[in-house]
Amino acid sequence: MAQQLAIETRGLTKRFGDQKAVNSISLEVPSGSVFGFLGPNGSGKTTTIRMLLGLAEATEGEIKLLGTEIPKDLEKALPRVGALVEGPAFYPFMSGRNNLLRIDAADRFSDASTRIQRVEAALDRVGLHNAGNKKVHAYSLGMKQRLGLANALLKPRDILVLDEPTNGLDPQGTREVRNLIRSLSAEGITIFLSSHLLSEIEMLCSHVAVMSAGKIIAQGLIEDLRNEEPTRLILKTDDIDAAVETLKANGIGKAKILGDQITCEVDPALDVASLNAKLVSKKVSVKEIRLQRSSLEEKYVKLTGEGFEVVR
Amino acid sequence: MFAKALGIRLFLSELKVMFTRRRTWAMLAAIALIPILLAVAVALSSARLAPGEGPPFLVEVTQNGLFTGFTAMMLAMPLFLPLTVSVVAGDTIAGEAGLGTLRYLLISPVGRVRLLVMKYLASLVFILAGTFTLMIVGAAIGAILFPVGPVTLLSGFTISIFEAFGRMALVALYTTVSLSGMAAVGLFISTLTTVPVGAMTATLVTSGVSNILGSIPQLEWMHAWLFTYYWPYFADLLRAPIEWGSMLNNIVLQLGWIAVFGALAYGRFTTKDILS
Ligand SMILES: Nc1ncnc2c1ncn2[C@@H]1O[C@H](COP(=O)(O)OP(=O)(O)O)[C@@H](O)[C@H]1O
Ligand SMILES: [Mg+2]
Repeated sequence: MAQQLAIETRGLTKRFGDQKAVNSISLEVPSGSVFGFLGPNGSGKTTTIRMLLGLAEATEGEIKLLGTEIPKDLEKALPRVGALVEGPAFYPFMSGRNNLLRIDAADRFSDASTRIQRVEAALDRVGLHNAGNKKVHAYSLGMKQRLGLANALLKPRDILVLDEPTNGLDPQGTREVRNLIRSLSAEGITIFLSSHLLSEIEMLCSHVAVMSAGKIIAQGLIEDLRNEEPTRLILKTDDIDAAVETLKANGIGKAKILGDQITCEVDPALDVASLNAKLVSKKVSVKEIRLQRSSLEEKYVKLTGEGFEVVR
Repeated sequence: MFAKALGIRLFLSELKVMFTRRRTWAMLAAIALIPILLAVAVALSSARLAPGEGPPFLVEVTQNGLFTGFTAMMLAMPLFLPLTVSVVAGDTIAGEAGLGTLRYLLISPVGRVRLLVMKYLASLVFILAGTFTLMIVGAAIGAILFPVGPVTLLSGFTISIFEAFGRMALVALYTTVSLSGMAAVGLFISTLTTVPVGAMTATLVTSGVSNILGSIPQLEWMHAWLFTYYWPYFADLLRAPIEWGSMLNNIVLQLGWIAVFGALAYGRFTTKDILS
């Protein structure tokens, strides 16, 4: 049986003038996953999210959100979706609590009789209980970000769409948000997390799609993506020849030699300890031996380029 | 369940947002200041106005304080009330877009049509609050500074104090109707931009243009179609018997403007990409 998809797009495209901000992307977000939507600034993440939530109309392509067609059955899907889009936004002249009450009152499917409890629970969950009566204009960016998350959590959700949820948070706040995401995911909620920070995606996500200039350039399990880059064995020794000989005997070839260091691509599952023992038994004096796991960083930079400049 | 279907909770929430803003109260306070300034100025000036000098009713104010509200309405109707209406109506959608709250309302999901309707109704409530504030404060300050008694109408008829209050309420309702078309224009303009100040200014400009067109005799054929056309005619409610003609025509005219610009706002807002 095919895996159930929480979000599925086909050929999704959004054109602004003659620029394709999103260029024919086909997302497949499995239910229950923590799905990283990774890409540098301007790569089209927020624009994609706007289309997923029916805020903007796709120029071309199809969207299925929680099994319903968007925008046709938008109102069937939205009550099950919590979202943070392009940063939080609130009425600065109202308290955090009143802002949540307001948004929940606007929701045509929400239950008024449980409104106050749900708002309190959401404030509790993001640690804003004590600041709930403060006006939002007195909130720090981090507090607004939390309030935005509280808004996404006003009702039980099947999926959370979070657009750069740790933007503007201090390290402490960032950690708390990550923990919150983990605990929500543990409850079975699918998380669609956009970020320009690879480290964040690596820490939290099971799956990833990498965006660059409006296109998805890689998508799948994080593990698979990481393994596309080779694992390297690094060996430092003064007995280069003997070492190369021994490596060959163990099926490790194509050694690159630089000074006293040998580098070669190996199977990620290589048993370094037993290899080391074999080297020693051949009288190779090993100064250092280790595996260099490929980092997603390498892959990401390779895919999206190193530059600081926004691509367009 | 019933309340939900009718969107009453959303409507109350709109009002709560509106009346939490200091701006709303500042505008109502400014409206209240008009009859106060008028009455104080009249009370302080010893110079007697000859009949026909100054705004209509100004002479009557000194003789009967209950006229203060009517006179203040004459002063506020051409510019100041439309100014507050343009602020509120121009802000309806553009204000939410500017804050970014519009996207969260839409994904809550509020329903675009429902939001548009509730925004418009809330702006009508503001207009009602404004016109009634002006009339009530006018009557109060007039009663404090001047003698109060049965009111002699334009046609020479005299009505009781009690009936005079009824006429005040009618005038407030009439001016609310008068401004409702303009509010619909503002609602439409508000769907065009994410900059509320721009929408407010443009809305105010439309009432200015309408006033100017209305004063060019060569354009007489269009005058009766302008949303400002019946603005001054609330005085017809101060006759005995009341001349209902201008009230009815005004209602029909304003409904026309509401229909046209409501439809335009609907067409625009329901298909618009929300990129703010
Ligand atoms: N309203 C808009 N009009 C024109 N271009 C836009 C608009 N919004 C976004 N873009 C362009 O679309 C591209 C993608 O933007 P966005 O989706 O916000 O990227 P990200 O969220 O990945 O940083 C950018 O090049 C941006 O300039
Ligand atoms: Mg973005």
